[in-house]
Amino acid sequence: MYDLIIVGAGPAGITASVYAARKKMDFLVVTGDIGGQTAWSGDIGNYTGYQFITGPDLVEKFEEHMFSYNTSVKGGEEVIEVTGAGEGILVKTNKASYQAKAVIVASGKRSRELGVPGEKEYKNKGISYCATCDGPLFSAKNVAIIGGGNSALDAALQLIKIAKYTYIINNTPKLGGDALMRQKIEGARNVEILNNTEVTAVFGAEMVNAVKVNYKGEEKILPVEGIFVEIGLIPNADFVKGVEKNSRGEIKVNSRNETSSPGIFAAGDVTDVPEKQIIIAAGEGAKACLAAFRYVARH
Amino acid sequence: MAKNVKIYSTPTCPWCIRVKQFLKDNNIVFEDYDVSSDRLRADEMVKKSGQMAVPVLDIEGEIIVGFDREKIKQSLGV
Repeated sequence: MYDLIIVGAGPAGITASVYAARKKMDFLVVTGDIGGQTAWSGDIGNYTGYQFITGPDLVEKFEEHMFSYNTSVKGGEEVIEVTGAGEGILVKTNKASYQAKAVIVASGKRSRELGVPGEKEYKNKGISYCATCDGPLFSAKNVAIIGGGNSALDAALQLIKIAKYTYIINNTPKLGGDALMRQKIEGARNVEILNNTEVTAVFGAEMVNAVKVNYKGEEKILPVEGIFVEIGLIPNADFVKGVEKNSRGEIKVNSRNETSSPGIFAAGDVTDVPEKQIIIAAGEGAKACLAAFRYVARH
Repeated sequence: MAKNVKIYSTPTCPWCIRVKQFLKDNNIVFEDYDVSSDRLRADEMVKKSGQMAVPVLDIEGEIIVGFDREKIKQSLGV
């Protein structure tokens, strides 16, 4: 049995691993990827010590730091269940099962999906969750951006420069996000904002060729080849059993990163901690590890 | 004999940057096609991968979409 298992290797998980290594704990990191959402971030200017760094570069620094301690990392393993409390917590993955006295859940968040027919079939075949990555492939094509918050506006600002025509499909009465970004978008000629509008289906042949929307009961089919989904994030917390979560599905933690289940700690964006920031996730990872260290020493 | 490695990428995509760094770290020589500016290569990428997503790696005809470290390692024997 390990002292500690850290689930996830974003800023929270990696920082926890650095603290665990320095405390000479017998521990393991289990993760699907390295870097989490930070790996997808563009320019970062608010991580102390770096006036400017890109997401991938910061992740590389994190990774180097983690591996400088000979830390054992099970990469590419998807955790399917964390159960138990007190004596021996079980971490089950798609490849193996592990046991530990304490677990830190630092599994972050992922893009929310639309949940409409056609979405699964056309993922990466016209449907994208990363406008920064895939946007340039849609030059001179018609595209739709789904969402009305800052990430949707950000995607729109990138795409109106590339695409022929951009629809913004927003299910609320008006766009949210920063006023400055909204003004720029509303001033563009090749954009149409559809408020109070829901996506109901995605159509295509080999690739996407249309999206079906519903505006107050009236159905419309828009011819688009690209669909960018920017409707927020959801916590990767379904696999953690028996811990209290809030209405958004985030794991509830106290100021010591303890969950409602003894021995299970949580840190970063997967928790209900206010403000989701890289530096906050990293700090929370440190706190969670120190709390877990004390917990293990007592048990 | 080194394998023929091509990467289809866009300049802004974080995972493209990571794949290229990974290849460099492992001393793999590769050709980099910027599909945001090269229409023909973009079409070629979509045909090869059946997808509209970057990055795409072509390792001697084996197509890998995304930064799938394990698959890339296996394919290149690094």
